[in-house]
Amino acid sequence: MELFWYIVLMTMLAVYVILDGYDFGAGIIHLFFAKTEKDKKAITNAIGPFWDANEVWLIASGGILFFAFPTLYASSFSGFYLPLIMILWLLIFRAIGLELRGQIHNRIWEAIWDKAFGISSLLLALFFGVALGNVVRGVNLGNVVNGVSTHEAHFFFLPLWNPTFSPHAEALGVIDWFTLLLGVIGVISLAIHGANWIIFKTNSDLNTKLRKVIFNLNIVLLVLVIISILIWHLIEPKPFHNFFKYPWLWLFPIITLTGLLGLFKIKSFKKDGYGFIFSSLFLFGGLTTTVSSIFPKVLPSTNDINPDLTLYNVAADEYGLSVGVYWFAIAIVLVAVYMFIQYKVFRGKMDDVGYGEH
Amino acid sequence: MEDMLFYDRMQFAFTITFHYLFPQLTMGLSLIVVYFKGKYLYSEIEKYNDAAKFWMKIFALNFAMGVVTGIPMEFQFGTNWAKFSELTGGIIGQTLAMEGMFSFFLESSFLGLFIFGEKLLGHKLHFVTGFLVFLGSWASGYLIIATHSWMQHPVGYEILENGRFVLNNFSALFSNPWLLPSYFHNQLASVITASFVVAAIGAFYILNNKHSEFGKLFVKTGVGFGLVSSILVAFPTGDLVAKNVVKHQPVTFAAMEGIFETEEGGSEIVLIGQPNMLEQKLDNKIAVPNILSFLTYQDWNAEIKGLNEFDKSTHPTNIPGLYYAYHIMVGLGTIFIGLMLLAAVQLFRKKLYTTKWILWALMFMLPFPYIANTTGWYTAELGRQPWLVYNLLRTADGASPTVSAGNTLFTLLGFIGLYLLLGLLFLMLAGKIINKGPQLNNTH
Repeated sequence: MELFWYIVLMTMLAVYVILDGYDFGAGIIHLFFAKTEKDKKAITNAIGPFWDANEVWLIASGGILFFAFPTLYASSFSGFYLPLIMILWLLIFRAIGLELRGQIHNRIWEAIWDKAFGISSLLLALFFGVALGNVVRGVNLGNVVNGVSTHEAHFFFLPLWNPTFSPHAEALGVIDWFTLLLGVIGVISLAIHGANWIIFKTNSDLNTKLRKVIFNLNIVLLVLVIISILIWHLIEPKPFHNFFKYPWLWLFPIITLTGLLGLFKIKSFKKDGYGFIFSSLFLFGGLTTTVSSIFPKVLPSTNDINPDLTLYNVAADEYGLSVGVYWFAIAIVLVAVYMFIQYKVFRGKMDDVGYGEH
Repeated sequence: MEDMLFYDRMQFAFTITFHYLFPQLTMGLSLIVVYFKGKYLYSEIEKYNDAAKFWMKIFALNFAMGVVTGIPMEFQFGTNWAKFSELTGGIIGQTLAMEGMFSFFLESSFLGLFIFGEKLLGHKLHFVTGFLVFLGSWASGYLIIATHSWMQHPVGYEILENGRFVLNNFSALFSNPWLLPSYFHNQLASVITASFVVAAIGAFYILNNKHSEFGKLFVKTGVGFGLVSSILVAFPTGDLVAKNVVKHQPVTFAAMEGIFETEEGGSEIVLIGQPNMLEQKLDNKIAVPNILSFLTYQDWNAEIKGLNEFDKSTHPTNIPGLYYAYHIMVGLGTIFIGLMLLAAVQLFRKKLYTTKWILWALMFMLPFPYIANTTGWYTAELGRQPWLVYNLLRTADGASPTVSAGNTLFTLLGFIGLYLLLGLLFLMLAGKIINKGPQLNNTH
């Protein structure tokens, strides 16, 4: 049962990153590349009817985490207190940036909400990468000081950074050079992803330029990914252990690589949607590869005193998890139906949807 | 430690109070928008479609505010109430996860279609999407109240040696006797908010002599929905909720009603008075004898236990706050019924649109349903204190152990600043929409 819910949760998070990821990416592109009002309109039209439903995948994943793995939910949400609350604030700015911009036609008003949308999207992409980095690196469970736990073994608290920005310090911080590297990978890969979505859903003048941008960013991404693989063992001593134990897991890195290398052909794709498929593959593969390398850990311990949190020691009880399967099965079918309807109604190019024109 | 708990409570209280200003309008207004759209489909009178479109704009803005302030609620169980989440997540995680899966997806998928899809979908399907948004928002309310009901009146659980609550009966969560009365009480209260908002904007248009045709429609609709919901919120639903409190939380009931000592031969109902905690009595009391006993047990002389009969450690932590919250809610509820009755009589006599003082009263009444809803929730929440899970888990034992007071104060200040901005933006933009008014659509 734990394993079932673990797969459900990871899948939902992957869906969240792929869906809301293109919204963040569109925000990043909006921030750096949208110069004219037409460009901006094209971008907000491309994500306008979707972003709200996409964000629900985060909320629903949070709900599933709470329900299936209450100890992990309690431990990680209180331990990553400050970054999580900041993510909430950024999500608020992203939302009002998108929703309020079109309400008043005034250059200053529009400029404010353009920046709110763009900057918060950028920072959210960064934070989500950093978050993944934290999960890989682990935390000082039990807040061990001088070999003694100062809290229960599954609780901890991390400040935003430690003075050395080192992932090996005893007193860790949320942001260190390793997690920051993953944050930058998050920003670059979501920017590519968002650009692909814009190409897919619009006929905007930006599209030709975006293909070049994607190509160039993809080179940067490839370099960063190679660097991260080279230094991964500094953080996780046995990164390939699980892959040799369960060889079918190699599927995930292969998916990642397909997505990453496939995108280099961006300039010759016959259909506008292909790029989006490849960047989705990269994101899905990247996430699944990362979590498989630490499986069954869900939050490693950086000290020797308190054990890692694994999906087995943070889960809810058997009865609750079993009974949840029934309602979840109904709900996920409904969700699929809603998504089908939503994407069918808003299929094709979205240039004329008139998002934000009230 | 004391400080930590204080700021955790302040932050939750502040963010939930602000958040709930929006869903209460969302839930009630979705019903009224669907009513306008349905009426248009039935009558094909363009005015109703224009009315639906106008309220949809307010609805969309309000919904967005509800969403952005709602996400912090789900996060805060973990960030600030980690111990509570860890111990009870196996139970309330069920209902909260169901809320995400069943209602948020429904609402968010169809809200986009409802707002952008009128041309794409045609009127019938547009009505359906509106109805689905309504359904989603009411399902959300249901699952939240199911969670709330479990905290007020825990059922279907067992407690393990390590203090964790585990679920042993899923259906008990939904057959909880606390659930249905509270749910309908709450939903009707949200219809009251929407009715009064619709009526107030209508009254504003009539008094301002601008958009007065829509003004009349809004006042009429608001009074219709408002009268029915104002009555039903008190009886039977409010009555049933109170009876649950008497039965399962008698000490809370005593504090709500301001009964410090058990009275021989039946309890009076207190209309006004200030709790004096030093002397354990009410100052400046105005009360009517025996009414409370009758309302509670349909027996003029029934005994209602006073606070003196319960151990101090089980008394609600903030008795004056609880007492005022309850009395403000009940007092406002009574005024709502009175005003709506008067307005309905004048409407029936076809004199409402010229009875200026009632229109003024309706206009000025706009903030009060918000206050009544908020104080109603304060009654429920302060009434449950000092418990998070009634009689089983104390609030003091539920907070996050590792999050220091300084960090929580930091985020609380951040929320206050951010929500102040959100509130100002909402008022500004809602004001703009209201000032512009409904657009006539006489293209055919």
